[in-house]
Amino acid sequence: MNLTTIDWIIMLLYFTFVLGIGAFLKRYMKTSTDFFLAGRALPAWICGLAFISANLGAQEVIGMAASGAKYGIATSHFYWVGAIPAMVFVGIFMMPFYYGSRARSVPEYLRLRFDEKTRGLNAISFAVMTVFSSGISMYAMAKLIQTLHILDAPLAKIGLPHYWSFHISILISALIVLAYVLLGGLTSAIYNEVLQFFLIVAGFLPLVLLGLKNVGGWTGLKSQLPSAFTHSWEGMGSAHTNPLGVEWFGLVMGLGFVLSFGYWCTDFLVVQRAMAAESMTAARRTPLIAAVPKMLFPFLVILPGMIAIALPTPRQVTTTSQAASGVQALNTEGKGLIPAKIDETTGAPVLDNDGKPVLDYDLAIPNMLLRYFPTGILGLGLTALLASFMSGMAGNVTAFNTVWTYDIYQSYIHKGGSDQHYLRMGQIATVFGIALSIAAAYATTRFNDILDFLQLVFAFVNAPLFATFLLGMFWKRTTGHGAFWGLLSGICGAAVHHGLTLPAGAAVGINGGWIATVHVYPSAMAQNFWTAIWAWVVCFFVTIAISLMTRPRPDSELTGLVYSLTQRPGEGHLAWYDRPAYLAVAVVVLAFALNLVFR
Amino acid sequence: MNLDIRLPIGFMFTLFGVILAAYGLLSNPQIYDRSLGINVNLEWGIALILFGAAMFILGWRRAPRQQR
Repeated sequence: MNLTTIDWIIMLLYFTFVLGIGAFLKRYMKTSTDFFLAGRALPAWICGLAFISANLGAQEVIGMAASGAKYGIATSHFYWVGAIPAMVFVGIFMMPFYYGSRARSVPEYLRLRFDEKTRGLNAISFAVMTVFSSGISMYAMAKLIQTLHILDAPLAKIGLPHYWSFHISILISALIVLAYVLLGGLTSAIYNEVLQFFLIVAGFLPLVLLGLKNVGGWTGLKSQLPSAFTHSWEGMGSAHTNPLGVEWFGLVMGLGFVLSFGYWCTDFLVVQRAMAAESMTAARRTPLIAAVPKMLFPFLVILPGMIAIALPTPRQVTTTSQAASGVQALNTEGKGLIPAKIDETTGAPVLDNDGKPVLDYDLAIPNMLLRYFPTGILGLGLTALLASFMSGMAGNVTAFNTVWTYDIYQSYIHKGGSDQHYLRMGQIATVFGIALSIAAAYATTRFNDILDFLQLVFAFVNAPLFATFLLGMFWKRTTGHGAFWGLLSGICGAAVHHGLTLPAGAAVGINGGWIATVHVYPSAMAQNFWTAIWAWVVCFFVTIAISLMTRPRPDSELTGLVYSLTQRPGEGHLAWYDRPAYLAVAVVVLAFALNLVFR
Repeated sequence: MNLDIRLPIGFMFTLFGVILAAYGLLSNPQIYDRSLGINVNLEWGIALILFGAAMFILGWRRAPRQQR
């Protein structure tokens, strides 16, 4: 790829602004609350945009476009069935407890509501997870920069070989994120996430408009693609009649209920953004405001993937990757703008079991950028892509330093220190959190299998979480022992279900079936959703059973932590457009309408 | 907080818009073959200037009230 001066100017300007915001905010970082919770002083719209932007990492932009190219508009289920209802629920029903209890983190809420061991389990697994997520984000970004040869020309100019681009990408992105988080803490991360949000829209909207114009709008796109690609609910009656390979019940329960509620309602990475809001109403409106742009994101990230696969295949699709020998690998097996996957060591296309080439869907967005953007706006598009990677990284880093400092360091290592001491610790945690992420990024390059394994373990750990929170917040009889053992059994339940089932056509091992194969799912996605459903159900019932056997906490200790013992936040004094409940109804109606339009 | 985020956002996008629009006016029209003959740099540059200016004005109007 040939970037010209104008592209570089745009990229460098963006980095200047990112660091400038951090530098400007440095003077306000006086207490640990400023650093970890942005002083709880931000307006709802800022927290709302940061709420989605923190989640808008590599997986979102690259992954959703890839999924759009692979499954079509059915990918929108991740938004209109998955994210939106969960975001409404966390805003309306859960935020009163998170924000009202004055907990400084999600694990700390578990400490207040249950006990130390439940907090410990959640805090430690979450801390490990954030380090790895940020490492994966870093790895994906460096890999992409390498694949697109973005840094090759400048490296050649200073006499360094092109394979250094991977190391330099990791180093530079780590340093930038480190600098702005260290300088301005969560405020800086949130402000930059807002900046990144607008940048991502500014970079991808013209891409979608050009692509749509090229294929003849939505009608034109429809005529180019199989019907199931443009109708999100077509064939959802059975797992065998739709591209996702999962039936409506597994989709709605597994994705819509268990996984999405588990992520949006309990993941501190996003909840932290709402906790930074200036008031209870602002905190409750944060996820609701976030839901509006979130709902429209499919048009920004899924459509480019669909357009990429719908375009006529050029006679010779040159993959942007270069074979190890330095020879440009040619590929005539791609589909649309999606090239076949190339084996890095042999330089030959990767084939599946049927001998057909495997498509490298992750290149949908980069190839779309290269196809439609001339120099100038190409710089803007690439900057937007980099911004999305960095917002994902910074989100994980700020969540990590908070959980580490408050829930691990202050609880188990050094109790009763001064506020300045913990502020200092937070800064140190930022540095070693990023250092660990770099280590994780390099571990990913070496041991891909270990990483797949870790991601699987994270999936097991996360699946049952929402059952614990739901019971904890809405059933005052739930006890700490119940929550802890319920969570553990849920995790085991997920592992056992995974060990007993297998997606069709997959080999026994990391894909499942490592105990015995008693059931075969039509797709890995179906197996994934049902693993979550099992984990949730096991956690739910074990928590209830053990809670009934153990001694409940007196009501007086649970005020502000449980629904029946907490005064509902009044909305009467607010103008109608400021009321969370009205906003929630509007969001739900809109999401329902989108499902109807694209059914 | 004494920094209204709309000010830097407005500033950055106006700057991006000016750069893109200026480049769009000066650049060789041939490079727009791939963008379906549309001078995207110029058109999107103008759109960004409008957005940036709007953000900047919104942030600016609020600024005096913050210095209570």
